[in-house]
Formats: sequence, structure tokens, C-alpha cells
Amino acid sequence: MPPSPASAAAPPLAAQTGVKATGFGAMLQRWRVPLSVLALCLLPWVLPSQALAVNVLVFGLFAVGYNLLFGYTGLLSFGHAAFFGGGAYLTGIAIAHFGLGWFPAMLVGVLGAGVLAAIMGALSIRTRGIYFSMVTLALSQLVYYVALQASAWTGGENGLRGFTVSTINLFGFTVDFLDPVKKYYVLMVFAALALWFVSRLLNSPFGAVIEAIRENETRARACGYDVERTKLIVFILSGLICGLAGALSALHLAIVPLDTLHYQTSGLVVMMTLLGGAGSFFGPFVGALVFLLIEDVASLWTSHWQLIVGLIFIAFVLFLPKGIWGTLISRRTQG
Amino acid sequence: MDLELILMQLFSGVALGAVLIMAALGLTIIFGMLGIVNFAHGALFMVGAYAGVWVAEQTGNFWWALLLAPLAVGAFGMLIERFLIRPLYKRSVDDPLLLTFGLGYVLVEAVRIVFGTDGVPFATPEALSGVVDLGIGYFPLYRLFVVGLVAVVLLALWVALEKTKFGLIVRAGAKDPLMMRVLGVDISALWLVVFGLGVALTALGGVLAAPMRNVTPEMGTLVLAEAFVVTVIGGMGSLLGAVIAGLVVGVAVSMTALFAPEMATIVMFALMALVLLFRPQGLFGQSVRA
Repeated sequence: MPPSPASAAAPPLAAQTGVKATGFGAMLQRWRVPLSVLALCLLPWVLPSQALAVNVLVFGLFAVGYNLLFGYTGLLSFGHAAFFGGGAYLTGIAIAHFGLGWFPAMLVGVLGAGVLAAIMGALSIRTRGIYFSMVTLALSQLVYYVALQASAWTGGENGLRGFTVSTINLFGFTVDFLDPVKKYYVLMVFAALALWFVSRLLNSPFGAVIEAIRENETRARACGYDVERTKLIVFILSGLICGLAGALSALHLAIVPLDTLHYQTSGLVVMMTLLGGAGSFFGPFVGALVFLLIEDVASLWTSHWQLIVGLIFIAFVLFLPKGIWGTLISRRTQG
Repeated sequence: MDLELILMQLFSGVALGAVLIMAALGLTIIFGMLGIVNFAHGALFMVGAYAGVWVAEQTGNFWWALLLAPLAVGAFGMLIERFLIRPLYKRSVDDPLLLTFGLGYVLVEAVRIVFGTDGVPFATPEALSGVVDLGIGYFPLYRLFVVGLVAVVLLALWVALEKTKFGLIVRAGAKDPLMMRVLGVDISALWLVVFGLGVALTALGGVLAAPMRNVTPEMGTLVLAEAFVVTVIGGMGSLLGAVIAGLVVGVAVSMTALFAPEMATIVMFALMALVLLFRPQGLFGQSVRA
């Protein structure tokens, strides 16, 4: 199991989430990776359906990667569909067109998303403030239209198909990948590894620097940090994790719909992250869980569930900008 | 490839540019004066188109639609500013952006509920249908009308912003709201009006686009991306920049459509990437405010 004692033993710096290192908050902070993994292990058994559990896993991880940039560094990107979709497409293409195994294909997907993030990041970080959101959105639409046109590789409007993975070989054991429970736990191992990585990153000096940039860019620059380079590194790391989420989604669904690349998908992850609590460790997963639960429940009695989700999102921006988890922990530490 | 075809395509490029300028105008004005990126821009464009279709159906007259739909949607925009955006002025610049994104989501779904998910047909008004002989080829009359109307709107805007007292106050308010408040100008009322004006222009763009694009609940998503590209290339908040960028993008798209049709949708985004490489603040943007 991935959570290593090293991450648990890392000193909980008070500055990292604004949580004072006392009592309950500190305990959550110290055990955040094991707690997350425990919650993920239980997920398929407490949610109404397996499909919902996998969705929460995939979109939760997507939101975790996104949160690194939006929540911790303060950069509001509207282009992360390019990395999620890019990871998914490249994984699928590697299997369908090049006959790669599932694991090398995933590597291709994740690294490809990282390269895409490096290019998009280098272009968009040149612009500041409010520009950033528009530029990331427009660049991700570029990726969308490229995928639409390159239909020989991507399947165009019909999406990418034909790369069903039915069994996988794991350290000599053959795992039936069509069994939803086994599939869930295989995918979860990767999500857990990513969570452990993010937790280590946030606990590192680098994690402190990115939050310093969010709080006061000018001051971070004056302290001698290379703000542009730091932002670019976070952008790439965030793209890699979102690419991993995309790769997991491709392996799970065995199809990549074209809409995965559309900026509406970026919008989904923005909403999930904000609903849960941007800039908090558990927030993205809480947000993905709540968002997908609302969708699951509301779509039972109306096909217009997006109206409900949109109204809830507006209410959160107006009245609870810290999100569900962010509000809970700030209440807890104030009280 | 003969010259006439190229000239013709160049002219279609200018006409497309006029449509793009119209699509970006409301976004540019609201950003330039209020410093807000309106992510509901595409949705309001779509609402404008639907309002136009509805008014045209009720009155049987395209001209009423052209007049009333922007006014009604502009008034709706003022309600949005007053009740949803005003509480956010003191917060981070990201908050109005996030809020308008959610609003766009809600508007699209609301239109789906009222008008259905399939989209509605909207014929070119009879007086403006048909083609005109330009000497180099035939051109749809309606597109010529759009070019003319956009030119008139731009001229009116320029006069209003540069030559009137109202324009002076608006521009001063964009530079230094606090000073304007000290001088006794009701900045809140001013922003309300400017936001309403921006939304009304967006809706006008929607009505004008209705006979040329499919009127569907999703039509705004492409418009939003197009408007972003035009404003980023032109320089945020610069009216002149938006005009030039709209024309440049229009001609580029239309020329690509002639030589490499499959690249036509991609070229505007590629153009934006290129501008960002060499002039991150856009062609006519001042160095970016932090």
C-alpha cells in the first residue's frame, strides 16, 4: 500500500493550509494520505453504485491535480480539460494504434499530458491575472479542435474506441479488469500514489513557495524566488496528475468521448474544486463526491440537473467561497 | 487559383471579422470598464439570439427583434450586475469570473427547459435575403447588412465614449473609481449602466448571428472561445484592438478555409498562441495590470 510512514511523519507546517497545528486539525493534517486512502477503499461500498465510485475516484483525482494550480498557487485555469482529455486520448491511442500494454500506455498518456502542460503553461504564464483564464481556455479549445480534425487518430466526433482492456497482468497475477470491484482497486492504487506525491509536495519547501506566490506574488519575487519558473513547474505537475486521472478514465470507460477535451470539462473540475474547497487537501475529493452525488440524485427526477448544480455553484461563490471542506476546517480551527 | 476568388474570400473574411467583432464587443467593454471577465458572455449571446427569435415570432418583424431583444437582455444584465456581481467587487478578481461561469451554466439549462434542446430555425429576413453583385462575385445581402450595422454600432460607441461627457465619466471611472467617487460620481450606477450596455451589445450580436449560425442552447460555447481569442489578440479592454483583431482573425480564418479547410477552426487559436509568444499583452494592450 502506498501511504508511507515518511509522509505521515513529515512536520505539519501551520502555514500550509492555514490550519493551526493543534488538536483535530493537526491530526487530519498528519494522517491525510492514509485517511484519504481509507475513504477511497470504503467508497464502492457506501455509494449507491460502483460506477459512481469510479467516477468519484477519477474526477476526485482530476480535481486534486487541478487544485494544485488553482487552490494552492492561485492560478484560475480554464484549460485543464486539455490535460485530462490529453491523458485519456494518448493512453487510448497508445493501446488502439500502437498495441502497447495498459501500463506503458498509461505512461504515454501521463507524460504526454505533461508535455502538453509544459507548452500551454509556457504560453499562458506569460500573461498575468485575469488573462490567464481566457488564454488557458482558448489554448485548450485549440487541442479540442485538433482532436476533432485528426479523426484518423482520435475517432473525431465519435470519440476514441476500440481499446478495451479485459485482463491486466500485475506482478505475475492476472487480474480480471472487467470485474468492477477489482478494476476500482487497481485504479485506486494509482490515485493513492498521486495523493501521496501531492501530500509530499505540499509539505516540502516548494509547497511553501507556491503558497507564498498565491498570497503575495510581488513579495515572493522580492524574496528571490523565480515566480515564473515555479508557476510553470506547478502547471506541469498539475498537468501530469490531471493526465493520470484522464488515463484512469480511459482505462475505466474503454472509450474517450470528444467532449472530454471541451472546456466544459474544465468547468466541471473548477466547480468540483470550488464546491469542495480550493486550497485544501480533502476539498477536491469532497467536491467531486458532492457534485457527482447531486448529479446522480437530481438526474433521477429531472434531465435538467445542470440547472440545480449551476445554482448551487452560484450560491457557493456568493456565500461560501471556501467550499464545503474549507468552511468546515476554518470553523473548526476558529472555534 | 484566380484573383477574383481570393478577393472574394478576403471580403468574406472582413464580413466574418465584423461578426467576430460583434461577438467580442460586449466582453471587451465590460472588461475594459469594470475589470470583469464575463464568462456568461457566450450564454448571454445565445439568450440574445433566442430573445430575437421569440420577438420576431411574436411581432413577425425582424426589426423589432433587432431593437427589443438587446434592450430586454440588457435590462436582464443590469439585474445580474446589481444582485450577483456587485457583492463581489471587493473580493478577488476570480470571483466574478467564477460566478458568471455558473450563471452561463444556468442560462443554457434554462433555455433548454423553455425552448427545448434541439434549437430553433431562424430565417434571414425577407428584405435582407438574396445576393448582391460586388463586381468580383455575388455576396449575401444579409452579410453586407451585418458589416454596415457593426460599423454603425462601432461609430456610435466611439462617439459615446470619446466625445460625450458620459463617455468621459465612464473612462475616468475605469481609471480611478475612488477618485470619481470623491468627485461625487455615483460609480455604482455607472457600472450598472456599463454592464447593461455590454450585455445589450452581446445580445445584439446574438440577434445578428441568429440567421447565420444555428440557434441552439450550445451556440454560446463557441462564441465565448472566439470572443476570448479576439480580445486576447487585440489586447484586453481595447476597443480599437478588438476591431483590428476581429478583422485579422476573420481574414485569417477565411483565407485558411480557401487553402486548407480542415485547419480553419484551428487557425484562430494558433494565431492567438503566436501573438502571446511575441506580445503577451495583445496587439493594443497596455502592459498588463498585475
